[in-house]
Amino acid sequence: MLRGVLGIAAILLLTSATALAQQPAAPISEQAVHDVASQLRCVVCQNLSVADSPSEMANQMRAVVRARLAAGERPEQVIQYFVDKYGEWILLAPRREGFNLLVWAVPGIAVAVGLAIVAILVTRWTRRSATATAAPPPTDAMRERIRRELEREA
Amino acid sequence: MTRALRWLIPLAAIPVLALLAYGFRLNPREVPSPLVGRPAPAFALSTFAGQPVSLESLRGKVVVLNFWASWCYPACYEEAPVLERGWQAWRDRQVVVLGIDIQDTDDKALKFVRDFRLSFPNAPDPAGKVSIDYGIYGVPETFFIDKQGRIRAKHVGSLTEDVFRKHVERLTAEGS
Repeated sequence: MLRGVLGIAAILLLTSATALAQQPAAPISEQAVHDVASQLRCVVCQNLSVADSPSEMANQMRAVVRARLAAGERPEQVIQYFVDKYGEWILLAPRREGFNLLVWAVPGIAVAVGLAIVAILVTRWTRRSATATAAPPPTDAMRERIRRELEREA
Repeated sequence: MTRALRWLIPLAAIPVLALLAYGFRLNPREVPSPLVGRPAPAFALSTFAGQPVSLESLRGKVVVLNFWASWCYPACYEEAPVLERGWQAWRDRQVVVLGIDIQDTDDKALKFVRDFRLSFPNAPDPAGKVSIDYGIYGVPETFFIDKQGRIRAKHVGSLTEDVFRKHVERLTAEGS
């Protein structure tokens, strides 16, 4: 029984492995090219990805992405090819490792610090204004004066 | 607390100012190429004259590999005579100047070659494969490849006589 199950599992593994190996032969979809190209910086543009740029250079880069995917490379391998040629600069989003982590962490830390400062200031200001509005109770002389001035107005 | 804040705000500006001071001093033309020091990517192209040209066939020679385009005005127009003069001066000393025309049309490129009377080999790279292999950003860009086929220097922008001579003298002086 156990042997039968193992045998079936082995057959399933083998067939899925061959299916995976055959996959690159399938035509590469526009979506697959787009997924890779959208992570690459268009080298002749400003703030555009290779997927979004209409330039000739980006067009040629998309063709290279397509050819490499069609040759059986995984998307990570295609991206690594461009990193090898252009450096990490080519990546629109810096890799989350080493010094680059700073780029990912600093905005969050800055927002947190900012919020903390605002919270501290708001509590301080509200406390101070609360004490400031508590005026001393009017004395008898003051009451008398208010009454007189109101009468004069009338 | 307020006293601390009074110090904190100018203090927070210091790293930002330091970053700007560093960034504005950099030369935006000098984008470091990860290819310098590595073997030059192989290629096999056909020149406008119909001759096959490959990097492999130039092993043992110093190669000045120039990427250009006829629409690249004025930089490519400025350096074309420099390249031709360099080729004439050094061709007998194991130096090859090779032009690769990218993102261009053949008729305009041929006119460029004729207008500047370029006698060194020039080849089109119609699909851009070679230019992407060399991590080209724009034109002109020039690579200096040593006798062992390694990229030793990259020059972005119009090439001058001084830059040409400096690299070629250094690389030809090396043994193969």
